[in-house]
Amino acid sequence: MSDTFTKGMARNIYYGGSVFFLLLFAGLAMHTTREMPKSDHRENLTEAVANGKAIWEDNNCIGCHTLLGEGAYYAPELGNVYYRRGGGDLDAFKGFMQSWMLIQPLGVPGRRQMPQFNLTEQQVNDLAEFLKFTAEIDVNSWPPNIEG
Amino acid sequence: MSTLKYQSQSVATPYFVFALILFTGQIIFGLVMGLQYVVGDFLAGVIPFNVARMVHTNLLIVWLLFGFMGAAYFLVPEESETELYSPKLAILLFWVFAVAATLTVLGYLLVPYSRLAEITGNEYFPTMGREFLEQPTITKIGIVIVCLGFLFNIGMTMLRGRKTVINMVLITGLIGLAVFFLFSFYNPSNIALDKFYWWFVVHLWVEGVWELIMGAILAFILIKITGVDREIIEKWLYVIVAMALISGLLGTGHHFFWLATPEYWQWVGSVFSALEPLPFFAMVLYAFNMVNNRRREHPNKAATLWALGTAVMAFLGAGVWGFLHTLAPVNFYTHGTQITAAHAHMAFYGAYAMIVLTIISYAMPKLRGIGEASSKKAQVLEMWGFWLMTVAMVFITLFLTGAGVLQVWLQRLPEGGEALSFMETQDKLSIFYWAREATGLIFLIGLITYMCNFLVDRKAAK
Repeated sequence: MSDTFTKGMARNIYYGGSVFFLLLFAGLAMHTTREMPKSDHRENLTEAVANGKAIWEDNNCIGCHTLLGEGAYYAPELGNVYYRRGGGDLDAFKGFMQSWMLIQPLGVPGRRQMPQFNLTEQQVNDLAEFLKFTAEIDVNSWPPNIEG
Repeated sequence: MSTLKYQSQSVATPYFVFALILFTGQIIFGLVMGLQYVVGDFLAGVIPFNVARMVHTNLLIVWLLFGFMGAAYFLVPEESETELYSPKLAILLFWVFAVAATLTVLGYLLVPYSRLAEITGNEYFPTMGREFLEQPTITKIGIVIVCLGFLFNIGMTMLRGRKTVINMVLITGLIGLAVFFLFSFYNPSNIALDKFYWWFVVHLWVEGVWELIMGAILAFILIKITGVDREIIEKWLYVIVAMALISGLLGTGHHFFWLATPEYWQWVGSVFSALEPLPFFAMVLYAFNMVNNRRREHPNKAATLWALGTAVMAFLGAGVWGFLHTLAPVNFYTHGTQITAAHAHMAFYGAYAMIVLTIISYAMPKLRGIGEASSKKAQVLEMWGFWLMTVAMVFITLFLTGAGVLQVWLQRLPEGGEALSFMETQDKLSIFYWAREATGLIFLIGLITYMCNFLVDRKAAK
């Protein structure tokens, strides 16, 4: 690099640029946090949804599945499973979830296996409520189709 | 006869050794998962996929942290031109961290995850069950304590001695690492908020402050092995880390495209993350430039190879493979597919695994009392390890990319009714997964070869 561009100038770009963009990022993050109630529908965040999230976490579901595209890529996307398996109907989805969770592991030779988590009926219902809440968040029209 | 400039640098040894042990564990669990991708019920009852993955990713994070800490303990005294503030504290923290990490991994393997959550009282302060942040809350607290003790020790050493640019960049990176980790304790019931702030740990680590740590370590190594004037290297370092933060901070936006976020992130994230390859490209230019203009012939050829290799592979993995799917209109189709996995593998290996292996390569002969460099024979083995692992990783990335492109084609691009389901698509990708697993075995052979290099000079070591 040329001599007219000194180390002092480089240092100032580093410290100045970093602080400037850190503040800009913090400002945008604050704005986003304030705007988020418009798209996350938090008015629907019931106790069942909160319980469902805890069950989701306590069983490390993200270790196989993606949720809104984030997680492991071993098992289907569950951010929109409420629409894919429940057709957007809560009772139908809970019915599906109850029977689906019950019959795991499927035990098909060579097929990827979901463990049996031994959840109670109430816990499965709460999980379904959590997945419904997640599916109803407005995430800028992702995923491209129902298969997730 | 000691080959260390400062005796206290020797505390780095257990950190490096333990890092390499965990690295080996990471690769073994990677192979288990790779096989489970195609033989779905392989070990399914004993090590379910989610457990294997958690062990694979957590071992990676922890061995890199051990590597970064070892690197800091090794280079900070030399840069500061003073002994480490407290070698005893460094050794104590090593044991605290090593025991906590081992117990956590054993917890993952020996009891069901929900039981681990119960035992560790996750209900009182829930932070578990989120990707990469699966550690029990008590482990997270342990990590914070270890980081604070480490920062105190390193910070006091720096304050006492010479304040070089490398030290300053390293300490800002390390402080950032500790500060952003605090977001892992924020876990609201609202998944939308949870996901948004989760990235403050994950992205701001790997595409932010970790790049500073990488830059500082690389600069240190380049000064040592090339003998190029410190002024020149430091100027480059400033420019590179400035570019990394300027692009990387707002580049976080590329994770906010498909969350409960305003649409401006699609512009902000696309534009700034398109700039993220620049610091990595600069790193390639700089590493090759410095080595070509070297003022001395350092006997440690293997360390030079790692230093050049990490620059190139970080540029390919983080820069090129990151850019591949970072623009919002592309990411709409690729988000959460094997493309992401491809990028993650090469980026972590190229930028972070390799920079730690670079400093280990440079430091180990000195720490073991062998001298400036290992014997020729040991270096040849090490370089075989380098090439086998690096070429294997290139192919792992290519196969996963192939899988990802086909996955997008079959599952994402067609309209609703015609798209294949996730599981149907996975069946079609199995040839890529088999190829990836085979290449993973080559990687393991490379790792074993690499490890053998430490056996060659064992008589010379003291």
